[in-house]
Amino acid sequence: MKENKVINFIKGQAIWVVVIVLVLAFTIANPRFIYPANLLIMLRQVAVWGIASVGMTFVILLGDIDLSTGSIITFVNVMCSYLMVNMGVPMGLAIIIALAASTAIGLLNGFMVSTIGIPALIATFATQTAFSGIALILCNGQPINGFTETFKVFGQGKIGPVPVPVIIMALCFALGAFILDKTYFGRYFYAVGGNIEAARLSGIRTGRVKYLVFALSGFFAGLAGLVLLSRTNSGMGNAGLGYEFKVITCVVLGGVSVSGGYGRISGVVAGTFIIGALQNGMVLMNLNTWIQDIVLGIVLVLAVGFDCYQKKKRAN
Amino acid sequence: MSEEYVLQLQHIRKEYPGVVALKDVTLELKAGEILALIGENGAGKSTLIKCCSGAVIPTSGKIIVNGKEFDSMTPQLASENGIAIIYQEFNNVKELSAAENLFLGHPIRKGILIDKKAMEEEAAKAFEQLHIKIDPKTLMKDLTVGYQQMVEIAKAIQQNARILIMDEPSAPLTSAEVESMFAVVELLRKQGVSIIYISHRLEEIYRLSDRIVVIRDGEYVTTLITKDSQVEELIQLMVGRELTETYPPRGNCIDKNEVILELKGLTGNGDKNINLKLHKGEILGLGGLVGAGRTELAEMIFGAVPKKSGQMFYKGKEINPQSPREAIDLGIALVPEDRKRHGAMLGISIKNNINMPIYERDSHFSVIDEKLEMSTAEKYQKNMVIKTPSLHQLIRNLSGGNQQKVILGRWMAAQSELIIFDEPTRGIDIGAKYEIYKLMNDLVEKEGKSILMISSEMEELMGMSDRILVLAEGEMTGELSKEEFSQETIMTYASAAAKE
Repeated sequence: MKENKVINFIKGQAIWVVVIVLVLAFTIANPRFIYPANLLIMLRQVAVWGIASVGMTFVILLGDIDLSTGSIITFVNVMCSYLMVNMGVPMGLAIIIALAASTAIGLLNGFMVSTIGIPALIATFATQTAFSGIALILCNGQPINGFTETFKVFGQGKIGPVPVPVIIMALCFALGAFILDKTYFGRYFYAVGGNIEAARLSGIRTGRVKYLVFALSGFFAGLAGLVLLSRTNSGMGNAGLGYEFKVITCVVLGGVSVSGGYGRISGVVAGTFIIGALQNGMVLMNLNTWIQDIVLGIVLVLAVGFDCYQKKKRAN
Repeated sequence: MSEEYVLQLQHIRKEYPGVVALKDVTLELKAGEILALIGENGAGKSTLIKCCSGAVIPTSGKIIVNGKEFDSMTPQLASENGIAIIYQEFNNVKELSAAENLFLGHPIRKGILIDKKAMEEEAAKAFEQLHIKIDPKTLMKDLTVGYQQMVEIAKAIQQNARILIMDEPSAPLTSAEVESMFAVVELLRKQGVSIIYISHRLEEIYRLSDRIVVIRDGEYVTTLITKDSQVEELIQLMVGRELTETYPPRGNCIDKNEVILELKGLTGNGDKNINLKLHKGEILGLGGLVGAGRTELAEMIFGAVPKKSGQMFYKGKEINPQSPREAIDLGIALVPEDRKRHGAMLGISIKNNINMPIYERDSHFSVIDEKLEMSTAEKYQKNMVIKTPSLHQLIRNLSGGNQQKVILGRWMAAQSELIIFDEPTRGIDIGAKYEIYKLMNDLVEKEGKSILMISSEMEELMGMSDRILVLAEGEMTGELSKEEFSQETIMTYASAAAKE
C-alpha cells in the first residue's frame, strides 16, 4: 500500500524527472547550458508557445483541439503592425483591438464546434487556413516594420535580468492555474472533458463552456502573437506558421490527456520547459534544425504513447 | 426421445461475482416448433440465449445441439451447428446494399474481386424464398427497420441456420411490419426451422408459439402447451412470487392539496399524451417494460430533451425547461439509470461531484468559496452516509451504492424538491439497496420532497410507491392506487399493446 503511494507519486511527477534528466544530460554535453544567462534565453525562446499553451490546455482538457493558434498568432502579428505602422493607431488601442480580434476568432471556433457541431479538428483547421490567408492579404506578403521603442519592451525588455516575455509567460501560467483550480470554470472544464453528458445532466451549460474555452484559447494566442511581434520587431505573414503544433506538444507533453478531463498547468509548465531545453540544448550541441524536428516528433509520440498505453492497460 | 430435440439446454447455471444470473435452467427445443421464452425484465432470458450463441460461458450445465454435447459454445461453434440469433440491435452495415449485407464476412468472389452481380442474384433468390420483396441493391440505411430485420433473418437462413433465436423481434416494428415478420416466421416453421421466440407481448406468443417456457429470477418455472394455457395463468407464473425483500416503513406524508408536478397531454420523445399528478410528499412509481417510454418522460421533465406538445406544471406554474440547468434551477433533479455514463463524473472527486450544480451559486466573482465547498460536501456525506476515507477520492473508487448516494447528495445540495429516480437501485447490492430506500423515505417524510420513481423491479415498484402509473409503448395504460397493487395487474397493463 505504502509502496504504491510512492510509485504513484513518482508517476505523477514523472515529467519533472524527465526535466531533470534532460538538464543533466545537456549540461554534461555542454556546461554552458546550465548558465543562468542561457536558461533565460531558453525561456525567452519558449515564451510565445508557453503563453499560447495556457489556452490550448483548456481546449485539450475538454477533449477538443485548436489548430488555429498559429494562424491567430500570425494574424494578430500582422494586424497589430498594420494598425500601428500603416494607420497610426496608438499602441494601447492597437493592442486592445488585436486581443479582441483574436478572442473573436476563438468565439467563431466555439460557434462552429458548439452550435453547429463541426468537429474541432476541422473547424479550427478551417479558421487556420482562412486567417493565414487574411494575414497575407493584409500585409501583401511583405514584412511591416517601424515600431515605437515602447512596443519593443514586451518582447525585448528586461526587468532586472529577467526578460519581459518570460514574466508575461509566468503570469499567464499563474492565471491559467488560478482559473483551473480556483474558479468554477475550471471545475466545469474537467467535468465537461471527463463526461460531457453527465456534466450537462448535472446542470452545466456545456455549450457555453465550449465557447468560453475556444475564446480563451484565441485570447492567449493573441497575447502570444503580440509578444512575438514585439520580439521580432517585424509583422510577417508567416510569423506563427506551424506554432500550433509546438503549442500542442507543450500541452500534451505536460500530461494533459488528449481525450480530455485530466491535466494540470504545472505539467504544461514542465512540458514547455522540456521543449525549450531540447531546442536550446540541441543548438548548443550543433545539431541542425532538421534533426531537432525528428527529436521533437519522437518526444511527442513517447509522451502521448505513455498516456494512451496506460489507459489501454487500465481498460483491460 | 432425445432425437426429437434439436437444441437442449440442460441445468444451465451462470454465476457472476456476487450474483447468480441463471440457476439450473433447462429448455428443450423440438424440431420445427416455435418455442416461446418468457419472463420479466431481468429474469435471465438474454443471458440464457447468450449461452447459445457463445457470448456467455455457463458456469455449469450442458448444451446439446442435434445430439452433440457441449459445455459451452463459441460464436463459431454456434454458427457451425446451425444456430443463429436475431438480436434487437442488428449487425448490419448501413452504407452497404442488402445483398452485400447478406454476404457480409463471406462475400462471393471472383478471384480477388467481389462478384456483386452473383451476390445480388443469390440475394434475390434468398429473399424470394422467404417471400420478401427487397431489391438486393437497396442500401441498408434506406430500408425500414422491418426490412432490415428481414435481411437479418435471410442472412441467418443463407448461412444454413436451422435453429433461429429471436430476441424481442417485434419490439422495434410497427404493427404492419409485425404482420410481415409473423408471415416469415410461419414460413420458416413450415420449412422445418426451429425457433425460440422471446417476447413480452403475450398476444404474439399465443398467435405463434407451440409451447411456452417460463423463467423467473433466473430459474426455470415451467413449460406449457400454448393452446392449453391461459393468459392469467401465464402472468401469474411470470411474476408469481412472494415479496421477499422488505422495505423500510414510511408514515403517510402526502399532502393531497399540493400538486408538485402535473402533466397534461405531454407528448414528445416517443411518448404520447401523458397525464399525471404528483403530490407533495408522494412517491409515484412509473412501471412498465424496458422501452415503454419512462426514461424518455423523465428526460422531458428534466429539460434534457424538449417536449413536442402538451403542458407541464410545477407547483402550479407552467414550465417548459429547455435544458437540465433550467430544470435544476426550478428544483427538479434526475438520478439517472446509467450511473456511470450519465450520473457520476468518474474522473472527478466526490466533493466536486456533490458541488457541481451549485458552483456558480457558491462562487464570488467566479472564484469558488472553498470552505463552503468542503462544508457542503461534508454535510451531505453525513446526511447520505457516504462511506469514504476522503471526500477528495475520485467517485470512481466508490461502490455503486455509495456513488448513488453522492448523486443524491448532489441534488440535496442543489435543494431540489422533485427528484426523479430512474431505476434507483440498478447495479447496487442488497444491503445498500435498503439504505437507498431509507434515504428515499427520509426525503419525502422528513424533507418534504416529492419523488417520481421509474422502476422495472416489480418488488421495488410495489414496495416503495404510494401510487403506480404504468406505461406501455409511450402511452399511459393504467393507474393503481396502493390497495390495487398486484404484480398481475401491473404486468397486464405493461404488456397491453397501445390501442391504434
